Amino acid sequence: MAQHDRPLSPHLQVYRWQITMTMSILHRITGVGLGIGTLLMAYWLIAIFAGPEAFDTAQDLLGSIIGRIILFGFTFSLAYHFCNGIRHLAWDIGRGFELPQVHATGWIVVVSSIVLTLAIWILGYAVRGSL
Amino acid sequence: MSLRTPLNHARGLGSAKEGTQHWWHQRLTALALLPLAVWFIVSLITLADATYEDVIDWLSSPIVAGLMLLWIFAVFYHLKLGLQVVVEDYVHTEWRKITSLILVTFATITLGLACALAVLWVWLAG
Repeated sequence: MAQHDRPLSPHLQVYRWQITMTMSILHRITGVGLGIGTLLMAYWLIAIFAGPEAFDTAQDLLGSIIGRIILFGFTFSLAYHFCNGIRHLAWDIGRGFELPQVHATGWIVVVSSIVLTLAIWILGYAVRGSL
Repeated sequence: MSLRTPLNHARGLGSAKEGTQHWWHQRLTALALLPLAVWFIVSLITLADATYEDVIDWLSSPIVAGLMLLWIFAVFYHLKLGLQVVVEDYVHTEWRKITSLILVTFATITLGLACALAVLWVWLAG
């Protein structure tokens, strides 16, 4: 049914950007990003199974500069998807639909995600005792 | 005169064809993932300075193994449900959509099983 390329009226090019649509698409993007992250988790778990040499290689890769940058990105994706997920669950039971509430909870999610991400990494470095 | 009920007429329409169970299971796995994710991240933080032996010790606990299996199952099922919606939203050529959905289902099951087997092996075989 959708094989014909009929013209679409402009949408993204003309609609004013708002926090609601931004957070919605970010929820999807972080979700897909986390999905890709499961590959890293699988790699780590299988490295544990494969033995100490494989595990050390995995730790070195994940602990490299690039690895840590990727892990930081995944931490933020998880924090954001987690917090916005709670916002979604509240909507699912019918709460928080008034527009001021949508905006307020939206900003709470954004700030919480950043704070959570930083807290997790600071704690992680504290446990390690070094950089 | 059609003998179809209105419900029968509505069923099977739309890009997904059906979705109540999908909707509920997505919320169920989301709910389960709230405490499981907290536990997983806290665990990873405590393992930030872990040696290989520390990690093996951590996974040797049946509680840890059990929680890991719950986490793995919930993550990959939630991921499968989420990716399914993404495919249904953006892929409109029927054969491409069906192929993508099959790939998503198989990939999440396979990856989830691989993770679960790794956990079980380490837990049972040390």
